[in-house]
Amino acid sequence: MYKILEKEVLAPKITKFKVLAPNVAAKAQPGHFLIVRVDEQAERIPLTIADYDRQEGSVTIIVQEVGYSSEEICKLEAGDSFLDLVGPLGEHIETENYKKVVCVAGGLGAAPLYPKAKSLSEEGTEVITILGARTKELIILEEDFAELSQQLYISTDDGSKGHQGFVTDVLKEVLEENDDIDLVITIGPMIMMKFVSELTKEYGVNTMVSLNSLMVDGTGMCGGCRVTVGGETKFACVDGPAFDGHLVDFDEQLRRQQFYSDHEKLAHGHEIGGEGCRVKAN
Amino acid sequence: MSKQTKKTKMPEQNPQQRVNNFGEVALGYSAEDAINEAKRCLQCKNPLCMQGCPVEVDIPDFIALVAEGKFEEAAKKIKEKNNLPAICGRVCPQEEQCERKCIVGIKNEPVAIGRLERFVADYARDKEEIEAVTKQDKGKVAIIGAGPAGLTAAADLAKMGYQVTIFEAFHEVGGVLTYGIPEFRLPKAIVKDEVEKIEKLGVEIKLNHVIGKIKGVDELFEEGYDAVFVGTGAGLPRFLGLEGENLNGVYSANEFLTRVNLMKAYRFPEYKTPVYIGKRVAVIGAGNVAMDAARTALRLGAEESIIVYRRAREQMPAREEEIHHAEEEGIKFKLLNNPIRILGNKEGFVTGMECIKMELGEPDQSGRRRPVPIEGSEWVMDVDTVIMAIGQSPNPILLKDAPEIETTKWGTIVAREETGQTSKAGVFAGGDTVTGAATVIEAMGAGKRAARAIDEYIKGSKK
Repeated sequence: MYKILEKEVLAPKITKFKVLAPNVAAKAQPGHFLIVRVDEQAERIPLTIADYDRQEGSVTIIVQEVGYSSEEICKLEAGDSFLDLVGPLGEHIETENYKKVVCVAGGLGAAPLYPKAKSLSEEGTEVITILGARTKELIILEEDFAELSQQLYISTDDGSKGHQGFVTDVLKEVLEENDDIDLVITIGPMIMMKFVSELTKEYGVNTMVSLNSLMVDGTGMCGGCRVTVGGETKFACVDGPAFDGHLVDFDEQLRRQQFYSDHEKLAHGHEIGGEGCRVKAN
Repeated sequence: MSKQTKKTKMPEQNPQQRVNNFGEVALGYSAEDAINEAKRCLQCKNPLCMQGCPVEVDIPDFIALVAEGKFEEAAKKIKEKNNLPAICGRVCPQEEQCERKCIVGIKNEPVAIGRLERFVADYARDKEEIEAVTKQDKGKVAIIGAGPAGLTAAADLAKMGYQVTIFEAFHEVGGVLTYGIPEFRLPKAIVKDEVEKIEKLGVEIKLNHVIGKIKGVDELFEEGYDAVFVGTGAGLPRFLGLEGENLNGVYSANEFLTRVNLMKAYRFPEYKTPVYIGKRVAVIGAGNVAMDAARTALRLGAEESIIVYRRAREQMPAREEEIHHAEEEGIKFKLLNNPIRILGNKEGFVTGMECIKMELGEPDQSGRRRPVPIEGSEWVMDVDTVIMAIGQSPNPILLKDAPEIETTKWGTIVAREETGQTSKAGVFAGGDTVTGAATVIEAMGAGKRAARAIDEYIKGSKK
């Protein structure tokens, strides 16, 4: 059993948990994810390690309610436990040797992006951050990013805060103004990562995405999370989840995410509203 | 000599009924059946059957006890050598092992050793008392993977007085016994029960531990383990690299079976893991895993479940009994056919599979006649789910972290057959991770041999 130390609601339907898992915290690095199972009947759900505290022995996860399982997770309170928690999984990412990096997050994507941005900043990298969401209430971790970013932009679909429109509009301006960007890291809904990658390709800027593919085991034994990267089949759970955005077949990923949409409605007992993105393993 | 020429029949659920449930197909002997069958054993002075058993069960001795109705004593006799008899009695290919060597089998059907082992283990299930072995100060052993190889090595080492810890990546123990072999062949309650008995011997099991990620092999030594046994199996699925293989509705058998068996997707939505099953399902391959997948698909409600195999019936690697069960249940076989492309609609779901017909050519290096495509014989099969059951390789996670453990070009660990010793001192390996996908009993045999070698290694290093 893995005890929840703290719970905090960051935004409507977006909840942060700090969970006691000393062995996982000891090894966690930016880019790693973990898999949790709430109870005996539950699914295995992949979630990014959004932060970790080796001394306290805790890992932080941020969950958005998008379906049955994520709602069950968000019902848990401090003092409750996850039945299972396995990690750290996936390939971590290297954050050394970059001078200037743009971090582009969509909605909940800010959570998985945060440990990478934090590590880059600690390495002395100049970080420009663009946080986007449908509306201002759904912008999360703004203060955390502000602390480590040289520039921070906000973009909302409805214009309730910052730029009205998409993160790609802001990114385009940033790319126009800066010709010395080493890397763009983007995490968010698959469709957003696709458009960001298409834009940066025009500018010839290296781009890293982190895929939120469907997963079961997360250890490479089933291939449920497979993705075509540069024409080759990769498993997001062991080869990723970070990949070169210019090589990922996003249309295939978008279709694969819809595989169980009918089942999800059944599990839930009614139609699911909101955005199409599942709980994320970025 | 007994007059009965055939094995005593084992009652089974009838095929029409059993395709609608996940209950066990074979129902097991009654006490009367068991005694009757046990009396067919000739009690050979030099029993050849034992040579066929990788874990060296004293077969004639336990069968003699069954014949006398001393079932609990028979169970004890088996347990001296085999820690998982209820499992072995169900899933071992006895026709290639113990029963193949049985003298009675020369003229008649061999003694049903597997069925007797199963009966005895089931009979004794609630009656056995396990006493924890007093831990001696002999040393600490880490076992990576809680499948048949790891469990066997762990139990044997615990019995020798070692402190044993098993590290398992999943949230349940059993490895392929839990996620691979379906409930209708091996009820999970039985796996759980046999594993609990191994825990009672004093073996500690740590779930949710992916060694190679949460800690490495070297860290295990730093933590004070004297030796490490790697029994991580062959869980990395193979795909064919076909166009359309990433369409929705294409599964590896591993994923399909893990969803159904481990995550209990067959009880969705009570259990929350979904599984997609179409009306017509094609399973590529003809091993035991393919049979399991095809039979599972039928039970999930597929109208048709079809085995597609590039060779002929005689070359199918699955157990005869499993092929027979599959046929009885209405599984169809499209033999001498190879898929070349999977077709889908614009939403990305499978709509069909293009195959090419094959014929058998000259024997290849393995001695099997090689399948050759017949030019111009392409045709499209109307299917909406495709399950790839064409084999697995060892998972590389552990070895990425321990590159000094030598592997073959197929990714299997190089280990001595008799001892399991790898190229790294103190590290032993056995089961599918060494042999590639093989059988439960061979993995157990490897675990047993490695336990013996680990005992000698630790004794030697502590002198």
